[in-house]
Amino acid sequence: MQSVHIVSAYDEELQYLSKRIAAMGGHAERMVEQAIAALVNADPGLAQKVIRDDLVLDEGQREIDDKAIVIIAKRQPMATDLREIVGAIRISADLERVGDLGKNVAKRVVAVIEGRQPTSLFRGLEALADLALTQLKEVLDVYASRSVENIGFVRDRDDQIDAMYTSLFRELLTYMMEDPRNITPCTHLLFCAKNIERIGDHATNIAETIYYIVTGDQMPADRPKGDKTDKIVLPAAQPVK
Amino acid sequence: MAEMGAEHEGAAQTVAIRLWNSRRLLAAGIGAVLAVYWFAGMSGYVVLLACAVLLAAAMLQTDVARQSAEGGAAIEASGLQRLSGEYLAAAVADPLIIFDRTAMIVHANAAAFAAFGGIAPGLSLSLKFRAPEMQALLDSILSGNVASDVVDYTEKLPVERAYRVSASSVGHGTDLYVLVFKDQSEARRIDRMRADFIANASHELRTPLASISGFIETLRGPARNDPAAREQFLQIMQNQTGRMARLIDDLLSLSRLEMKPYLKPGNEVDLRQTVDSVIDSLGPLARENGVAIERDFAEGPLDVPGDRDELFQVFENLLENACKYGQSGGRVVVSIAPGDAGPEPGIDVTIRDFGPGIAEEHIPRITERFYRVDVENSRTQKGTGLGLSIVKHILTRHNARLSIKSEVGKGAAFSVHLPRH
Ligand SMILES: Nc1ncnc2c1ncn2[C@@H]1O[C@H](COP(=O)(O)OP(=O)(O)OP(=O)(O)O)[C@@H](O)[C@H]1O
Ligand SMILES: [Mg+2]
Repeated sequence: MQSVHIVSAYDEELQYLSKRIAAMGGHAERMVEQAIAALVNADPGLAQKVIRDDLVLDEGQREIDDKAIVIIAKRQPMATDLREIVGAIRISADLERVGDLGKNVAKRVVAVIEGRQPTSLFRGLEALADLALTQLKEVLDVYASRSVENIGFVRDRDDQIDAMYTSLFRELLTYMMEDPRNITPCTHLLFCAKNIERIGDHATNIAETIYYIVTGDQMPADRPKGDKTDKIVLPAAQPVK
Repeated sequence: MAEMGAEHEGAAQTVAIRLWNSRRLLAAGIGAVLAVYWFAGMSGYVVLLACAVLLAAAMLQTDVARQSAEGGAAIEASGLQRLSGEYLAAAVADPLIIFDRTAMIVHANAAAFAAFGGIAPGLSLSLKFRAPEMQALLDSILSGNVASDVVDYTEKLPVERAYRVSASSVGHGTDLYVLVFKDQSEARRIDRMRADFIANASHELRTPLASISGFIETLRGPARNDPAAREQFLQIMQNQTGRMARLIDDLLSLSRLEMKPYLKPGNEVDLRQTVDSVIDSLGPLARENGVAIERDFAEGPLDVPGDRDELFQVFENLLENACKYGQSGGRVVVSIAPGDAGPEPGIDVTIRDFGPGIAEEHIPRITERFYRVDVENSRTQKGTGLGLSIVKHILTRHNARLSIKSEVGKGAAFSVHLPRH
């Protein structure tokens, strides 16, 4: 009786961790969305809100760190559980960085909207942000479902994000060369694009952590071009905690 | 009173039925008693007593049977409840998810599967619906402080969707909760479209306005005493104001279209006559651009359901583009032919030019508002970049399809497929 009770309290602690991760994830997703919206719609008020919201993520990361350390000390977890807990620490750190990057974009809103930018630039930035946010959303969905079998999509989208970033970079450079007055706002936009691209990188990190939590292995590295075998991995043997 | 009478009647009937059901047993029992009487020479009183006992037993048995029948009914009712829960969920057209105290999905209806994909029983709702407002909703309903709660929830990816989500506990003591998603995307999309639109439009108007005010400055200053320059600047200013007027016309026509999203049914349009009058009305433009318009109309009736004025606008925009951007080809072919190959039989109107064509990467985007392949060329052609989005809008209302085929250097063909219904 006693031991059953202890186990279920332990389970609850682990569940609480993943629930907090999900909440942080949702918060980070929303921050990035709103930062881009603030940029595209020239909305400094929304940008301010994003900057304030970053506190929630800092708070979340601290809480997860504390909780995780307490669990490790108290329960001395093994194998899967230990991976789950260490994974939570890592994912929350990545999510906190995503929030920072969103905040950085929001901070540039005022500078960018001062000059009049061609709408096509924002269209490109929006498309890049959509890619990065889709990456983050799908990765966090895998965290919920634990279905790491088809996590190969992460690498594909990583490539797309890179290609999009490169083309945006080139476009911004031509604007700067065309008219020196464009240099200031376009530099800000370049940094925004870079930040968004980094958000994609953090999403990929999270995917790797989830893969490790579920399988105990490292996610296969970049496959050679045209070889899609790393999309096929064995389903997790461990039941969902 | 009548009701009570009916109830009594009913009770009497059930007793009768039950006696009738156990008639064989009863008959056998009475037969046995009679046989004993016959052979053993029992007294008549004893026989009567035995028969009474048998009858009572039969009655008692029916009572027991009745009890067990009631038990069966109870089981059946709970089965019905369970079934109707799922049937009910399936019958609800909106996404519906039933979950337990730990936010674990117990059941999700087909609409929920379709809307959110990858939601299986056992999945945690708080991991799947991570948006802050959904987290707050789940927390508040699971805390047990409120019996139901509502939030507005928007999803941006993969497509923008807005829901009004209500959460409530199911029955009492079931420890189950239900989430229902009411789709509000359409209303949201229209709102956003309008906001986007105003932002775009003001951006587009700013350019010609800036250039006009620049020329006014020049006319008052350096070009004050230069009649030749003045004439030239005034001409440019007139072009710019013309462009602004056109832009405003286009905007008005687009928002008029948006105001009434559904087409008035019951009108037939004669495509031959409509396209003919479009060609006539664009005659001057074609001559000015040195483009010859050729007709290639099929025989027989070419009628489709639709709004004549709107379809006129479609062909006017397409033909105008062909004359403007395909000018270098020197000719434009307008053909009308039955298009019965596809799933929806109808009529195809194709406008083909032999100009520079459109590069592949632009084709999917040119129906976007304000999208122009070559901004400079479009400006000199007084384009506003709204023509094709108006075309697309009207065609959507007509359930029609626009397909664009082009090869760079060989021209472009815009083909409208109007279903005949
Ligand atoms: N037949 C064509 N050949 C080549 N390019 C075309 C053709 N039709 C359209 N385009 C391209 O598509 C763009 C969008 O066309 P659209 O009709 O929407 O706008 P517009 O002609 O610039 O403005 P408007 O029609 O509102 O005056 C044009 O700017 C042009 O670059
Ligand atoms: Mg046009």
